Order: sequence, then C-alpha cells, then structure tokens
Amino acid sequence: MVVIFSDIKKIGFELIAKARELADKRGKKVCAVVIGKDTGTMAQEYIQRGADKVIVTGSSMEHFNAEDVSDILEKVVREERPDVVLIASTKDGKELAPRLASKLDAGCISDANRIYIEGDSILAERVVYSGNGVAVEQFSTLPGIVTVPGKAFDPLPADPGRTGEIVNRDIELKPQRSRIMDVQEMRSEGVNLEDAEKIVSCGRGFKSSDDIKLIKELAQVLKGNTLGCSRPIAADLKWLSEDHWVGLSGHKVKPKLYVACGISGQIQHVAGMRDSGVIVAINKDADAPIFNSADYGIVGDLYQVLPKLIEAIKQKM
Amino acid sequence: MMNIIVCAKQVVDVGEIKVNPSTNKPVLEGIPKKISDIDKNALEEAIRIKEKLGGKITVMTVGPPDAKEKIKELLAMGADEGVLIPRPQGADYHIVSKLLSKGIEKLGNVDLVLCGEASIDMFSGQVGPRIAGFLDWPQLTYSFKVEAEAGKVKAHRNMGDRMVVTEASCPAVLTVTKEINEPRLPSLMQILGSARKPIHEWTVSELGMDKEPARVLEKDLRGVKMERKNIVFKDDMDNAVEQLAEKLAKEGLLG
Ligand SMILES: Cc1cc2nc3c(=O)[nH]c(=O)nc-3n(C[C@H](O)[C@H](O)[C@H](O)COP(=O)(O)OP(=O)(O)OC[C@H]3O[C@@H](n4cnc5c(N)ncnc54)[C@H](O)[C@@H]3O)c2cc1C
Ligand SMILES: Nc1ncnc2c1ncn2[C@@H]1O[C@H](COP(=O)(O)O)[C@@H](O)[C@H]1O
Repeated sequence: MVVIFSDIKKIGFELIAKARELADKRGKKVCAVVIGKDTGTMAQEYIQRGADKVIVTGSSMEHFNAEDVSDILEKVVREERPDVVLIASTKDGKELAPRLASKLDAGCISDANRIYIEGDSILAERVVYSGNGVAVEQFSTLPGIVTVPGKAFDPLPADPGRTGEIVNRDIELKPQRSRIMDVQEMRSEGVNLEDAEKIVSCGRGFKSSDDIKLIKELAQVLKGNTLGCSRPIAADLKWLSEDHWVGLSGHKVKPKLYVACGISGQIQHVAGMRDSGVIVAINKDADAPIFNSADYGIVGDLYQVLPKLIEAIKQKM
Repeated sequence: MMNIIVCAKQVVDVGEIKVNPSTNKPVLEGIPKKISDIDKNALEEAIRIKEKLGGKITVMTVGPPDAKEKIKELLAMGADEGVLIPRPQGADYHIVSKLLSKGIEKLGNVDLVLCGEASIDMFSGQVGPRIAGFLDWPQLTYSFKVEAEAGKVKAHRNMGDRMVVTEASCPAVLTVTKEINEPRLPSLMQILGSARKPIHEWTVSELGMDKEPARVLEKDLRGVKMERKNIVFKDDMDNAVEQLAEKLAKEGLLG
C-alpha cells in the first residue's frame, strides 16, 4: 500500500501517479486520504486518476492544522500499514510530514524529486547544499514518508470508467492546545514562474518599489513579461507578492533567459534559478557573486544600464 | 518567567562549497562552519521574549565537538547556557530530533522551544515539527511575528498562500522565518562575558539513544556543477549594453 495526502488537489493527482508506479512494482494498492468538509467529488476524482481506495474523513477541522491532520494520518497509517506515505511539499505538508514521522518513529525525506525502487529498497533523491549536491537516500525501515514538491511528477489522465473503494471514516479529533485565530489569503498576482520562458528579476539594488517599473519595461521589451525577485523584495519589503519569489525557499525556475538586476547572487537565490538557459546579471559591484553564476554580466548602476539596455534591445527586436 | 530552548545547528557555509570535478562530489572538508543563519533569528526572538518576561535561554546543539566554539557566539548574543550532544555517525532526522527531544525532557520545565524554519545546508524544516510530535506539543511553524505572555504564545505564520494566526498554550514549539527580526551582534563585553557561561556536554547514552538505528541512510551524494560563460562587460556602458544585446540576439532570445 502507498498512502498519499495533499492539501492541494493538483499535487494530489501527481502524487497518485507516482504512488501508482511504486505500488504496481510491489503488487500493492494506492490509498488517498481526503480530509475536510468539501470532499464530495474529490474522492471520485482521485479514483479516476489512479487511486484504488480513498479514505474520506469529514472532520470538524475548519482550517488545516498539522496537529489534527497528523493524528488522522497516524491512525490511517497504523491501520493500512503502507510502505510509503507521499505528502505534498506545500508549507502545510512540510510541517505535517515530520510531525507524523515522529509519531510513527519513521524516516522522512523532504522535497524529493525522484522516488524509485531498487531491489527491495525504496530510495529518494533530493537537492542539498543549496543546489550544490543531490543526496540519494534510502529508507532502512518502513513506512517511509516522503514530501514531494508540485510538478515533480506528471499526473495520470482522468479515466472516468475507473472504479475504486470510497470509505467514509469518522475519526474523532482530540482537543488541541493550539487554536487558529485568523486566516488571511496572501496577496498573489497569479504569476506562473515555473512555466515562464523569460524572467527578469529584481533585488535590493532597487531603491524603491516605484523603480520596479524599470524592469517591468525590460520584461515587456523582451516579450517575457514575467517578473521575479529575491526573497527580501517579497518577504521583507513586500514590493512584490510572494509568487514572484525565486530561490531555495521560493520558486525553482528554469526559463530560457533569466535576468538578475540588483541581486547579489547569494547561493539561496541561485538555488532557485541555476537551471535556467542563459543567465544575465546587472550589478554595480564587480565582485558580486552573481557574476560567477551568470553567462553575461554588466557591471554598472542599474539605473543607468536598464534604460540603455531597453533601447538597445528594442533596436534588435 | 520563560524557560526557553533554542535549537541551533552548526553547518558548513554552503556559499563556499565547490564540486570536485574528478569525484563529482561536493567538497565538504575544510569549508568554514557557522551557525545556520535562521537559528540566530530564533535566538534573537528568544532574547526578546526573555527581555519582556524574564527567564532563561538554553541553546541546544546536536553536533561535532568543534560546535562548542560556535555555541559560544550564541552565548555572547545573549543565551544563558549551552548544551552540546554529540552527533552519532550516520544520524538521520529521526535520531537528531529525538536526541533534542530527550534533551528538552532532561532539562525539564521548558515553556518554549524555538527552531529555524529550515537549516541552510539541508533545508528540510523537519526538526521543529519532529520535536513537537515526539513531545506531543503544539507547533507554530513559519512564524514571522511572535507574541508571548505567561503560559501562552501567539504567532503570525507565513503559510505561503495564507497568513495564519495561531495561539497555543505552553509548552510549545515555534519555528521562525528569516524575516522575524534582525539578529543582534554581540558587544566586546558580551563576547568576553560569554566565556563564563557554561556549555554542558551530554552523552548519547545518557539520553538513552545509543542503540537507535537511523531510519534513512545516505547512499550517495553527487555534486551538481554549474558551468557558465562568465562574460562580464564593464567600463564603457554604451558598448557594454550593445554587446549584451548582441549576445542575446545571437542566443536567439530576442525573438
Ligand atoms: C535559509 C535561507 C533561505 C533563503 N531563501 C532565499 C530565496 O529563496 N531567495 C532569495 O532570493 N534569497 C533567499 N535567501 C536570502 C539570501 O541569502 C540573500 O540574503 C538574498 O538573496 C539577498 O537578496 P538581494 O540580492 O536582493 O539583496 P542584497 O544581497 O542586498 O544585494 C543587493 C545587490 O544589489 C547591488 N546594487 C545595489 N545598488 C545597485 C545599483 N544601483 N545598480 C546595480 N546594482 C546595485 C549590490 O551590489 C548588491 O549586490 C535565503 C536565506 C536563507 C538563510
Ligand atoms: N543538529 C541540530 N542541532 C540542533 N538544532 C538543529 C539541528 N538540526 C536542525 N536543528 C534545528 O532545526 C531547524 C530546522 O533544520 P532542518 O530540519 O535541518 O531544516 C534548524 O533551523 C535548527 O533550529
């Protein structure tokens, strides 16, 4: 048995596809867990995407809460005895998986982008040291828990004819010592960095949020139109919403062209864009580490470089 | 009075790592070590809580003997004492977190445990929630604003698409983001004064963990090289811009 849980349906489909492959190799089944109130069609959809069984717990939980969800999954894992539990690597999943692992005394591998079986062993690979290495890790006891980022695996197409078992379970939640007081949607500009072909990013080299119009214009003339940024621009200064944030703790991108303006090029930023096709850097400090990670660079004040560059590119388009 | 533990990890400075071209492995020996960045934010937050409510801060590390030097930096910043637990060969997150949990139990009467959202070398974010799970305590992860008062704590948490405010009664585990504060730099007086603060060394067997097998084994570690052209234009700006536009056109990126 392979158990999957995702707070986001789309990643749920991707996890099921991987779970299907692992389960088939070991002659086992795929079980998805669905928690919450609006679970009506989700169980059906999971089955159409490859699950054999869906456990639905219509719990009283109003918002995602790692304490409750780990208690629910602990019960499911003890009953179903899976070899592997796949959990979406969203922030919810990332706080859930290790809590669950400790309750089960289980191993947990975070942010795996490959999971496979070799002989009797289950292995997973993950990026470590900010992109300088890939660790190959193996579970020595089962179940093993793995968190998986979005888009690591392709979902299976929906098969409306597929059937499976849907089990409704009432799992009583124990009183928790934490309480969610407020939940607010974060500002999002609906940017899709992962699929962008050209990304122009800004960092703290910009003096004010108003100046971001300079790189917006560059993005426009490049016909890229996608803006990225370093962590401080989104997380500290909040000049752009967090869906623009590139890096280890933000989005991993691989456009054909990545332009970093006023970004120093700390390894945590580079970790998010090191797979880009061509990397261009504009920075006034000739010693900025970004130049080591770039194909082309201009040493200069971005306030002088950008208007000139925009003109030069316009001439060539 | 708050009895606070800050979990701090000694890491290699990831910015300094190079990949050895002949073995295709990251070279980890001889790389400068430091306290993982966000753990200093965790300590800064603990100091602010202590300044408000009084109490004691203990820094706890599972790591090699040389981590003692780095713990001293945290004592200089404002922690009251340190605990160093040796890291067993091949220890995984199960072992490291359980050692920390047992250390927390041994210390006793703890109100808050603070961790970083993730360590800069492994970036897993496992240790905080694992400790909370072992101890069956509430966990307030990704906190960017914390308000503590006697017996309870409230955190504003960055959950990516949502901002969540969670309140919990103590004892609780908090993990903090880089944005929560600016860690202070110790004064010379504090650096000198930290020499008198104790660093206790506890053994793995005294925490009852000497026969514990790892759940995850590292089978291999491959290096990932990044090769770039590194063509940099400086000096004459008009010429630099022209040359860059030319290169981009040649790469077929101006279509
Ligand atoms: C665990 C962890 C995770 C992290 N995750 C991420 C992440 O996902 N993404 C991320 O980006 N960061 C991340 N960081 C932060 C990262 O380490 C850096 O602090 C951050 O990337 C720096 O952002 P910056 O380059 O915009 O700012 P700075 O480092 O301040 O650099 C600004 C640059 O602008 C240049 N500059 C200034 N003025 C001008 C001008 N007029 N013209 C041209 N250039 C100018 C300066 O020379 C400098 O190089 C993380 C850190 C940690 C510890
Ligand atoms: N060996 C360790 N000793 C003490 N604290 C640790 C250790 N490893 C991780 N931590 C804590 O757990 C946080 C998250 O680390 P990680 O789970 O490695 O991403 C760190 O920021 C530290 O606060």
